[in-house]
Amino acid sequence: MSLEVEARHRIGAFTIDAAFTSDGSVTALFGRSGSGKTSLINIIAGLLRPDVGRIVLDGDVIADSRKRIFTPIHRRRFGYVFQEPRLFPHLSVRGNLAFGRWFSGAGKSASEFGRIVEMLGIGHLLDRRPSTLSGGERQRVAVGRALLASPRLLLMDEPLAALDEARKAEILPYLERLRDETRIPIVYVSHSVAEVARLAERVIVIENGRVLASGDAAAILSQPAAVHAMDWREAGALLEGVVESHDSTHNLTIVRAGECLVRVPQLFAPLGHSVRLHIAARDVMLATARPEGISALNVFEGTVIDLSPDEKGSFDVRLRCGGNVILARITALSREALELAPGKSIHAIVKTVALNHT
Amino acid sequence: MDWWITLSDAEWTAVQLSLRVATVAMLCSLPPALLAAMVLARGRFWGKSVLNGLVHMPLVLPPVVTGFVLLLLFGRRGPIGAFLAENFGIVFSFRWTGAALACAVMGFPLMVRSIRLSIEAVDRKLEDAAATLGAGPAWVFMTVTLPLILPGIVAGMILSFAKAMGEFGATITFVSNIPGETQTLSVAIYAFTQVPGGDAGAMRLAVISVIISLAALMLSEIFAAVAAKRSVAA
Repeated sequence: MSLEVEARHRIGAFTIDAAFTSDGSVTALFGRSGSGKTSLINIIAGLLRPDVGRIVLDGDVIADSRKRIFTPIHRRRFGYVFQEPRLFPHLSVRGNLAFGRWFSGAGKSASEFGRIVEMLGIGHLLDRRPSTLSGGERQRVAVGRALLASPRLLLMDEPLAALDEARKAEILPYLERLRDETRIPIVYVSHSVAEVARLAERVIVIENGRVLASGDAAAILSQPAAVHAMDWREAGALLEGVVESHDSTHNLTIVRAGECLVRVPQLFAPLGHSVRLHIAARDVMLATARPEGISALNVFEGTVIDLSPDEKGSFDVRLRCGGNVILARITALSREALELAPGKSIHAIVKTVALNHT
Repeated sequence: MDWWITLSDAEWTAVQLSLRVATVAMLCSLPPALLAAMVLARGRFWGKSVLNGLVHMPLVLPPVVTGFVLLLLFGRRGPIGAFLAENFGIVFSFRWTGAALACAVMGFPLMVRSIRLSIEAVDRKLEDAAATLGAGPAWVFMTVTLPLILPGIVAGMILSFAKAMGEFGATITFVSNIPGETQTLSVAIYAFTQVPGGDAGAMRLAVISVIISLAALMLSEIFAAVAAKRSVAA
């Protein structure tokens, strides 16, 4: 698939002026709250009509203000999963799921319905009312409802933002299955590095209504531009790897990323499955000599690439370790004590339990 | 329960006429009330406050004035009345249809108010969601908006019905007091109180009027409870 978006729109004093293209199966619009991500996805959906804009999906012009083309929302066949589930309160779960299915021409077979219901694990909820569901269940039904309308493109606006950590962990695996099992391209809006790292292939960093950077997830999320757009506490590096082996006696999985072997809490993915690991800079320790008698399971040898400017008394150190770039956040005091400078060889230490993303 | 059996034919006629007039008034004012409520709740246009004032006029005017205006407009010589009589054969003056028209006009603001409030309470995000699922504007209204405002519609209908059952001033001014044609329950009670020895008849009809009103009220409560249960926000 290829998606081309171009939009200029004024909302009061705020201006959106963004253009991007993507050919990934999951494209993340990433940025802080208030950066204009939601407005941008609403423009794609057709809920917001931009002053100037152009949207092309797979060569099909959906909207082009210069040529006065504007496909109304209901003819775009773009599924939309909102921040809040927005289930119809007067319909049962089954009725909600059937809603879009009916408008899409009722062409979907019963097996398709069964497959999606099974994938999202909502089979036991079909006869319930939305008001009796938990937050996580509602959001899963909302995903199913959007999918059953057989969309050409699935838009998701921070679908996990309104949920607590436990609910997020409950839904994320379903979203991964969705990405891996359906062929529907997804545009995913989020301000969470962990979510984007886990789901996205392409990342578009948005700030102040403008595109700050765009490209491959791993490359973009380790860039200073992206680090700037993310929550300071969450900043870190993204490692691409494959599942090398499982250590079921200790509930661990070993992931190979470049030349590094990373031990992480057990993942339920087959051997050879590619995974992304987000290592937050604040979870990385540095040592000049190889530490002995330490509980942390991951110790990587590497060299310092550079150091960020001082921010609130701490530094982000970029390291190269076995073909990966890792970020470590240390205090000014540690920096002086270890005499860190570009080119110095160093050991990075990462606790396995800090890599728990599920 | 002797009084029940002794209800005279004329009294029965008044009860039946009132029920018929109130039902017709309620049903016929529903489509325009729904439209007016929708326009007032969602529309943004010049003169909206004028329309709002016009809709609420019967609520604030003395009913006798409303009846008089109806007489001027819809009477046999009135501009609208003459037009309808000539082209469609619809006559309002001194007919039960005129009583229904008077009741409909008097109940209209109540119905519009009730429906408008429920439309304003609808979460428009749900309508957006329906549109992203492929529903065009008309379908969004039919499948999402209408079911969600049903409690307001039912409440408005009951209010309009109750108003019609009790309507007196506009009715007697517009279509007078003709037994069997325009003598509704309220008008009949009034007529009874104007003749010596009419107290018993007035009392019988008053009791019936209380029963009908209470039944309508309870029915609306039941509907509202059912509807509220159906549409708890998710």
